[in-house]
Amino acid sequence: MGVFDIPLQAWLGQILLGLVNGSFYAVLSLGLAVIFGLLNIVNFTHGAMYMFGAFCAWLALDWFGIGYWPSLLITPVVVGLFGMLIERTLLKRLYALDHLYGLLLTFGLALIVEGVFREYFGVSGHPYAAPEALTGATNLGFMILPNYRAWVVLASLSLCLLTWLLIERTRVGAYLRAGTENAKLVQAFGVNVPLMITVTYGAGVALAALAGVLAAPITQVSPLMGSNLIIVVFAVVVIGGMGSIIGSIITGLGLGFIEGLTKVVYPEASSTVIFVIMALVLMVRPAGLFGKEA
Amino acid sequence: MRNPSPYLVFSILALGLLIAPAIGLYPIMMMKLMCFALFACAFNLLIGFTGLLSFGHAMFLGTAGYAAGHAMKVWGFEPATGLLLGTSASALLGLIVGSLAIRRQGIYFAMITLALSQMVFFVLLQAPFTGGEDGLQGIPRGILLGFIDLSDDLVLYFFVVAIFLAGYGAIYRIVNSPYGQILKAIRENEPRAISLGYDANRYKLLAFVLSAALSGLAGSMKALVLGFATLSDAYWHTSGEVVLMTLLGGMGTLLGPVVGAATIISIQNGLSDKVGSWVTVIMGVTFVACVILFRKGIVGEVADWLRRKNVPARASH
Repeated sequence: MGVFDIPLQAWLGQILLGLVNGSFYAVLSLGLAVIFGLLNIVNFTHGAMYMFGAFCAWLALDWFGIGYWPSLLITPVVVGLFGMLIERTLLKRLYALDHLYGLLLTFGLALIVEGVFREYFGVSGHPYAAPEALTGATNLGFMILPNYRAWVVLASLSLCLLTWLLIERTRVGAYLRAGTENAKLVQAFGVNVPLMITVTYGAGVALAALAGVLAAPITQVSPLMGSNLIIVVFAVVVIGGMGSIIGSIITGLGLGFIEGLTKVVYPEASSTVIFVIMALVLMVRPAGLFGKEA
Repeated sequence: MRNPSPYLVFSILALGLLIAPAIGLYPIMMMKLMCFALFACAFNLLIGFTGLLSFGHAMFLGTAGYAAGHAMKVWGFEPATGLLLGTSASALLGLIVGSLAIRRQGIYFAMITLALSQMVFFVLLQAPFTGGEDGLQGIPRGILLGFIDLSDDLVLYFFVVAIFLAGYGAIYRIVNSPYGQILKAIRENEPRAISLGYDANRYKLLAFVLSAALSGLAGSMKALVLGFATLSDAYWHTSGEVVLMTLLGGMGTLLGPVVGAATIISIQNGLSDKVGSWVTVIMGVTFVACVILFRKGIVGEVADWLRRKNVPARASH
């Protein structure tokens, strides 16, 4: 049984892999959008932080014997604190300047982080085993579902959902949304906006690090894993627009799904299909699918 | 002392380049440097004089290198037509990419150009004529216009100097023409330029195509000089490098990108065999230092210093 003489199992396998990638796109573009909303900075270091997160998990296991589950908690905290340090020492000097300087500074930071990891760990990938509880696969009858991949999709989606709830349904989230609209006015009402900015940046970066830990058992842990991903995520952001959280999730998953399909039908185009879609969206709807700005 | 006139700067630059081989500077390295300097000047035409940050300019350098290299190696084009073909290929690519990218502004413009250049990178990686990971090797230098043999390093050197100076001069003319003034108006305040009746998008697109074409000229020249075209020329690292060269030298100054390119290429040549991957870290640190400490770049800061020195001197008259 199959379509275009391609067995159903291959279709479903690639689609699942596409959804896994798509959930990473969703988590990363969500973090980018939250940071951009409040700081007006396109965080180029996001890919480096994702890589940093994966390395944290790998190093924790290699050096201290700390396993996957504790890493899932420790890594975002470590990377988040590192992000806050960057915001406090460097980024905060740029808020009065053109947005472009934020992109340039975070690009420089990404080069530094990537270069340091390359120097110490080389360019080759390091394998990281999935936790015992999630190894193996479940037979669903029509396909074999690898447990870990299912977990990644599930975990990423819950992460996005939690972020959405936090921003849309809590008091802190209300401050954040107000700060995105008009930071000065919110400060006048007695909210500590500089602190809010620092924490937001830390949280956005922690999201990227968490995605890195989730990715570690699937892709190998290598210093270059972030930089290629971040460019695709930029394209995802251009396609979806940074206006809405739900938009980021739908766009991320949708594009991952399409990428997975392309891998089956025409593998040569799988690395470019997202960029082609970006070009098409720019021609038809320049503001992006969920974008608000003209 | 007044700021030196552009003609004086140009003459000193030309003289310096002409005598460089005589004072022992290695011609191949100087030619590579001029390729990157022209590339950075072309990039600066966008960021410095139009206010558009392209984060994908490597695609023009890389594409032109492959196009010119392929024409000279496989089709047996002579060097001048080879360079012309490479330049046209990049101009055409610039027209396509530019018309997509100018639909969005500011930060999105940067992200779109970056994404499209990554797409071009993958296309070049998989295309049958580029040699994939190995690149295009053994591009012949050929005989210019049928009678000037470029196989001699010094002859090639003077050819490259002529092209570089022509490119630099062309950018000077563009910036100081009425068209260049409109670009500056768009950079300073786009809605106002539009309300004055200028079709900003058309001007921006033309600037993008000109910048792409000149970057293509630099890329074709690089392929001719080094005899190969590689994927790394089209990689996003190279796009970042040209941003850094321009930022370090001084955005919006004519000479800045040349100074920036010379500095970066010298650092890379001097350090890459000693410190390995740390070169990337040094580039990153330079980026951060430029953005935090001196956003005007080397040439911009020097020009400022000359101006400040100038003011009290005038007041005393």
